[in-house]
Amino acid sequence: MNTPIDSTKVAHAKAKDSLLYLDGVSVSFDGFKALRGLSLVIEPGEMRAIIGPNGAGKTTMMDVITGKTKPDSGDVYFAGDTDLTRMDEASIASLGIGRKFQKPTVFESHTVWDNIDLALAGVRKPFATLFHRTTKAEIARVEEILETIRLTDKRDWLAANLSHGQKQWLEIGMLLAQEPKLLLVDEPAAGMTDAETAETAILLKEIAKTKSVVVVEHDMTFVRDLDVKVTVLHEGSVLSEGSLDVVSADPKVIEVYLGR
Amino acid sequence: MVDMISRFKTLLATLALVVLAAIPAAHADDLKPLVDGLGKSGYAALRQAVGALAATGDPAVAPILQSLSTGDLYVRKSDRAVFAATKAEDGFKLTDPATGTDAGTATSGEIDKIKVNNAVREAVTTALGSLTLMSPDIAKRRLAAADMFRNGDPAQISLLDQAIAKESDAGIAATLQLARAAAVLKSDQPDADKIAAIHVLQTKGGRDVLGQLTAIEASSADGAVKTAAADALTSIRGTLKLWDGAQNILYGVSLGSVLLLAAIGLAITFGVMGVINMAHGEMVMLGAYTTFVVQELIRNNAPWLFDWSLAIALPLAFLVAGLVGVLIERMVIRYLYGRPLETLLATWGVSLILQQAIRTWFGPNNREVGNPSWMSGAFELGNLTITYNRMWIVVFSLVVFAALMLVLKRTSFGLQTRAVTQNRPMASSMGIRTPWVDALTFGLGSGIAGIAGVALSQIDNVSPNLGQGYIIDSFMVVVFGGVGNLWGTLVGAFTLGIANKFLEPYAGAVLGKILVLVFIILFIQKRPRGLFALKGRAVEA
Amino acid sequence: MLTSFILRALDRRTSIVLLVILGIGILLPVLNLATDPSSPFHVPTYVLTLLGKYLTYALLALSVDLVWGFCGILSLGHGAFFALGGYGMGMYLMRQIGDRGTYGNPILPDFMVFLNWKELPWFWTGFDHFWFAAIIVLLVPGLLAFVFGWFAFRSRVTGVYLSIITQAMTYALLLAFFRNDMGFGGNNGLTDFKDILGFDIQADATRGALFFASALALAAGFWICRAVIASKFGKVLVAVRDAESRTRFIGYRVEGYKLVVWTLSAMMAGVAGALYVPQVGIINPGEFAPANSIEAVIWVAVGGRGTLIGPIVGALLVNFGKTWFTSGMMAEYWLFVLGSLFVLVTLFLPKGVVGTLMAKKDRKPAEKPIEDVVAPGAAVQAAE
Repeated sequence: MNTPIDSTKVAHAKAKDSLLYLDGVSVSFDGFKALRGLSLVIEPGEMRAIIGPNGAGKTTMMDVITGKTKPDSGDVYFAGDTDLTRMDEASIASLGIGRKFQKPTVFESHTVWDNIDLALAGVRKPFATLFHRTTKAEIARVEEILETIRLTDKRDWLAANLSHGQKQWLEIGMLLAQEPKLLLVDEPAAGMTDAETAETAILLKEIAKTKSVVVVEHDMTFVRDLDVKVTVLHEGSVLSEGSLDVVSADPKVIEVYLGR
Repeated sequence: MVDMISRFKTLLATLALVVLAAIPAAHADDLKPLVDGLGKSGYAALRQAVGALAATGDPAVAPILQSLSTGDLYVRKSDRAVFAATKAEDGFKLTDPATGTDAGTATSGEIDKIKVNNAVREAVTTALGSLTLMSPDIAKRRLAAADMFRNGDPAQISLLDQAIAKESDAGIAATLQLARAAAVLKSDQPDADKIAAIHVLQTKGGRDVLGQLTAIEASSADGAVKTAAADALTSIRGTLKLWDGAQNILYGVSLGSVLLLAAIGLAITFGVMGVINMAHGEMVMLGAYTTFVVQELIRNNAPWLFDWSLAIALPLAFLVAGLVGVLIERMVIRYLYGRPLETLLATWGVSLILQQAIRTWFGPNNREVGNPSWMSGAFELGNLTITYNRMWIVVFSLVVFAALMLVLKRTSFGLQTRAVTQNRPMASSMGIRTPWVDALTFGLGSGIAGIAGVALSQIDNVSPNLGQGYIIDSFMVVVFGGVGNLWGTLVGAFTLGIANKFLEPYAGAVLGKILVLVFIILFIQKRPRGLFALKGRAVEA
Repeated sequence: MLTSFILRALDRRTSIVLLVILGIGILLPVLNLATDPSSPFHVPTYVLTLLGKYLTYALLALSVDLVWGFCGILSLGHGAFFALGGYGMGMYLMRQIGDRGTYGNPILPDFMVFLNWKELPWFWTGFDHFWFAAIIVLLVPGLLAFVFGWFAFRSRVTGVYLSIITQAMTYALLLAFFRNDMGFGGNNGLTDFKDILGFDIQADATRGALFFASALALAAGFWICRAVIASKFGKVLVAVRDAESRTRFIGYRVEGYKLVVWTLSAMMAGVAGALYVPQVGIINPGEFAPANSIEAVIWVAVGGRGTLIGPIVGALLVNFGKTWFTSGMMAEYWLFVLGSLFVLVTLFLPKGVVGTLMAKKDRKPAEKPIEDVVAPGAAVQAAE
């Protein structure tokens, strides 16, 4: 790492107007370089699709942003001046970054209602939750979200009993309940039927009206449906960036990804 | 002291026979006046006479002095001549002590027994020691030199000088130098000589020198000698501390090898397969009981095979424990893959059942497992004492480790095991029969625990609770070394073993163990995946 | 705030359980004291003491279940907290002996006289007072749990790793308490108690009172657990059990939750130990043995983890079985039974007796919110 000290400040200045700012982020596991000097800027209110072959570093990138993995080098700033590399998952989540996993992860032995209720922005400290009483506003908010994700009639079901697609939606609902500024969504269409996929795209676009969204996806139809700026990752760094048409025409991209 | 004297008596009895045959007669005549000197009255005179005889350095003197100390020398009242006498029918039969020739007989009234006291006996012992210095037999000279060093008699300095000049063997010469130095220190020679002597002793070092120098340091008046002695003491103590450190490392290595043996099977079942087998200790116990049964059979049927009992027990213990392991895997564990906490509880239940089964069969008491002859005894290396059973267990643990490494890295079974543990669906789709591999791998881990039991039966009590004592330690070793990493288990076992033994002198055995446990608990929290952790997505998924 | 927190938990089912526990707590001592020994309703004192012991075991099981059943932390070291609570009470009882010991020393307990000690070690001061011992009984297990948990949870030691180091913790304490110079009576522990709060510890009335106190403690423990589980805090615990990293990404600092519930659980175990000691009349280092802690886990497994009634039922069932078995001809085969219990319950009854029964009752495809039965099943992320 040969970054001189004042370059941090430069990076800081450049990060100023962005919502999420990654510069020169590298991560390695036992010699395997998962990320090599990855740089990425997301503007407030932007929706971005990230594509790339397996092992391109998509999931590791999400891990770095959400605090699960600490980068070996590089800067990660949120909302201009918050250094995410120094924070744990819980504080990053409280800042307003929500994450949806590749595999739908909901609390299987809680009801749909409780899943949303737990994700609801608000009390997070142990003793506060111990004595917390659900307010009318909270009930209204949960109902609103259930409406959005179309699970109102399943509110008392255990999450374990939901179908795969419903779990995906429940998870997106939990993200909404967190009221994040930025949503990281990992392969939301995986394992969905075509109809569900299309509906999910509509849902995400709806959400993107008020929040920044980063979507990692394999499914090119789905990315086309989203119709947003695309970043192509390859071997841990950015290969190409632009609209889907521009990216698809890029010979480097064709070589490593689309052409195969 | 008594011991030493009796040792010398036997030594000299043989010596006498050798020497007697070789004495030239002329020589014997020279001795005659000196021998008669023993007949003078008074213990002081007697001691002087002994010294004079010894000073001749003539080997023929040895049997004479030997007879003196056993009370076989008599003086003839008429001419004060000295003879060896034995009881005969009418009085005593006399022989010339120097030549052994017959010298007639005497009645009991005609001769007086030469009485000796302890001071005289001591003088005789020293004199005999100095005489043996001239012996042509190297082994005897070596013994004598060592004895001279231990006694450090100032009267012998000139004799030692002669011996040193003549000595051809470098080792003996060095010992003689030490003996001379010890003698000088007790003499009234000038300080410069004494200081030189202290330096000679200092280079030798060791506990016996430490004892001598401590006495010198305590008895001498303030001055150069005292300072030199004190300096030498500090230096020797420093060296001894290093040896103590080495001894601790040795104990630690020994404990480490025991830990390694106990943990190595676990490194497979837990480390490679990820199965928490709380009955692992009972596999060790089964191995130990197999050894017991084998030895019982040999004792009753073929006692001459006893030295081979361990060699016979090894494969059997592997089979017994391995078979039980396969049964446990097939009947219990395979239903619980991916549920480690449940596996933990179920295998704990299995361990209770196995313990009770052994208790019902063999009874609750310790069973006697013997050490074959090649496992008994000890040898010394420098200032270290090493027992054979400990040494063989260290060797054995390393051999088992190496063999296991070979199996895992070089055989197709090992390849399949690694494939299954890394990616079960993929391995299965490539045609590997994963359930079969699971069972065999678990059997291998258990079998190795059984082998460990054979070795541990040599140093531990063989009882139904044997395994309980190892289970927590084994887990600590595997977790400390890093799960899934056999080298980590090796390093972990020896690190913990040595750490334990280094703590013991300061904290005592129990507290030392507690400290190690606390250390591991803190360590795991710092590095939850152990010393040699695998990093990356694969292990975190 | 606190009262509403406690009262909120008082639904119908909880109230019934509390009434049953307290009812037994009153009824049995009364039957012991007020009926004639020849009466068919008479409860002999030894039965009362035995059942009192079971009630403290039930409280221990409840504390294990609180962390295991609801938060996924399998503790193999809860016996340590139980024993520490027991030692706290034992030290108070030792001080009450006064000069009635074998050596008649007014200041030092017998074992200290035997070891030739001249004065009371500093950590024995204050144990003349019951209130002091009562505080220690809560404080020491709580503090140990807090320190241990603070390290363990912060560095995210989970699953079997955590289980194994909890086992190492109780093992280390076992070794420590075996040492004479620790000042806790070494091998023999603390025994030969005479009085508690001025009452003869052997008297029937005292036994009855201790039985009632055990029932009361169990009821209180149950109520507190119920309140914790019913709160949003409890929902977070179950969330941690089901999907720990999801809980983190929602913004909950998981280690804080684990630490609170772990410490609470340890304090409950401490109280159980403190009530156990005067009823059995001895506390020795054997209580720290890892086997004891694991046995407590099997009570929970048999009864049904993730339910609050399960551990109580499990502790009573297994211990009735143990007493019945070990008093008969088959005594030496008890370990076979216990061992098989571990195997069979994990293989065939993963939800335990109560859990299975409740799951049957609630089989209607989950149309109403399920209150306190949260089926643990395979979702428990053990070795993440």
